[in-house]
Amino acid sequence: MALPNGIEALDKAFSGIGVDEKSLIDILAKSNDEHKKSLRTGCPKLFTEDENGFERLDQSYIKNLQHQFNRFRDAVVLSLMHPWERDARLIEEAIKKGPKHYNVIVEIACTRSSNQLLGARKAYHSLFDSSIEEDLATHIQATERKLLVALVSAYRYEGPIVKEDVVKSEAQILYDALNNAGENNPLDHEDAVMILATRSKPHLQALYQHYNKAYDKTLTQDLEEGILKDTIECLCTPEAYFTRVMEAAVEQDADEESKAALSRVIVTQKEGYVPNKIKDSLSGLYKDFMLGLIASRDVEENNS
Amino acid sequence: MATLTVPSAVPSASEDCEQLRKAFSGWGTNENLIIDILGHRNAEQRNLIRKAYGEAYGEDLLKALNKELTSDFERLVMLWTLDPAERDAYLANEATKRWTSSNQVLMEIACTRSANQLLHARQAYHARFKKSLEEDVAHHTTGDFRKLLLPLVTAYRYEGDEVNMSLAKTEAKLLHEKISDKAYSDDDVVRVLGTRSKAQINATLNHYKNEYGKDIIEDLEADSEDDFLALLRSTVKCLVYPEKYFEEVLRSAINKRGTDEGALTRVVSTRAEFDLKIIADEYQRRNSVPLTRAIGKDTRGDYEKMLLVLAGHDEA
Repeated sequence: MALPNGIEALDKAFSGIGVDEKSLIDILAKSNDEHKKSLRTGCPKLFTEDENGFERLDQSYIKNLQHQFNRFRDAVVLSLMHPWERDARLIEEAIKKGPKHYNVIVEIACTRSSNQLLGARKAYHSLFDSSIEEDLATHIQATERKLLVALVSAYRYEGPIVKEDVVKSEAQILYDALNNAGENNPLDHEDAVMILATRSKPHLQALYQHYNKAYDKTLTQDLEEGILKDTIECLCTPEAYFTRVMEAAVEQDADEESKAALSRVIVTQKEGYVPNKIKDSLSGLYKDFMLGLIASRDVEENNS
Repeated sequence: MATLTVPSAVPSASEDCEQLRKAFSGWGTNENLIIDILGHRNAEQRNLIRKAYGEAYGEDLLKALNKELTSDFERLVMLWTLDPAERDAYLANEATKRWTSSNQVLMEIACTRSANQLLHARQAYHARFKKSLEEDVAHHTTGDFRKLLLPLVTAYRYEGDEVNMSLAKTEAKLLHEKISDKAYSDDDVVRVLGTRSKAQINATLNHYKNEYGKDIIEDLEADSEDDFLALLRSTVKCLVYPEKYFEEVLRSAINKRGTDEGALTRVVSTRAEFDLKIIADEYQRRNSVPLTRAIGKDTRGDYEKMLLVLAGHDEA
């Protein structure tokens, strides 16, 4: 009763983002002990030969499997929660988890509307009995603090009015901060931080365009990975930011955080193109859910 | 507690509008009528009146007031007629333009309003000025003042009573260290004052006093010429005992040679519907004379009348 593709199928079932539940049922429900043994010996990634004569499951892989199986559950919770609670919890988690997660804080502070960000701040009060800004300020000591606290405190004007002369002068200020600062970290450049944290998005997008024309390069071109780059991208070119995050999730050596980001982006963004290679890397119920979400936003876009 | 009094039977907004229109028409202006009506209406009622006036006569009530009234009286009535959020937005915007005491006004609005009131002011700012409050504050203040004011105007403080006592201890110690080193605009000083809830700050400052034997205000009096230190002291007062802060502003405005009408108008118009009663009690306690009497002695005419009405003084 050996199923010839058992080992390959098993490997495939666990290899995507999400788990292919149907495939696993097909393989395992019909497996007898002998077949299971051959599955185990054929999967050195999961099982190693123990000196006492059995194929032992790799404990570290269990963690990976947990994440995989939980992906659907987490996406459901994320999708069901009120956006304010969702964003407040994402921020709180990011603060706790540390510097590698600060991009989540930037993402929420910069890609939500002014009122959505405000809602997240209110929800944070209710959920955690403190304000986002005080928790950020307490837990983050380094230079990132100034920018992050300022971004999260913003209540940006949302109208279209943009003053060209201010755009020009502020593009110059950012140029100086990013290029001529020498030893100085641009994050310490107070005027640069003020501009990014207080100006409206239309203003910053105009600034981005002007900078491009004036200095023959983009604002982010020379920047290293980090919250400054994330900030500028989220404010000025959010689609590029989200595409970058999604593509990082399907890279060869993508870590769990990068993969988890996929749910966050697909669930929270109502628009934006999702490349096919992303869709193809998904598995199981999780895949059905993500494709469903993507499809319904395409419908909304077509209807509008 | 508010000092504003509203009659138990309030005329409809359209009736009020008719009366106001009458007050404007003909020779001169019937200031008493204006004071009588607007001086006894709460924010919601005033908003309805403005709306009704616009619909009935095709003109913004505020424009009409501006045409008919003058000087200190006009400013007081204008500020009073606005609802609290618009008023705060107006005052804040004005403060980013002028020179003296502008930082103080920004700090006062940021620190004495509740989290939601400050929020509403920021929303009103968008609507009226087509920009955010923070971008104007960032653009028009510099150095240490900007460093302190930006977090203050953008804060959305937690408003619960929960207090973390060990945190209060740690932060009291931190503040004491920084102050002893004269690092008044240090990141941590700004962080504590700019982000903590008022209850938490209160606990921290109580601990400061218990532990170091002095009120933090005393330790911030090192240099009487230092404007930043003065702002820092006022910030602390606004956050933990605003009625004392306002009493000082009023006392100084009234005692000043010639009276500081700007400050007097601002405090009365912004607090009449909130806590002017508490401020007045504090004033009486400190100066042994009722606030209304001091105002009466120091001001005249319609300006005086409107101030007194807003301060709860009912003429017989």
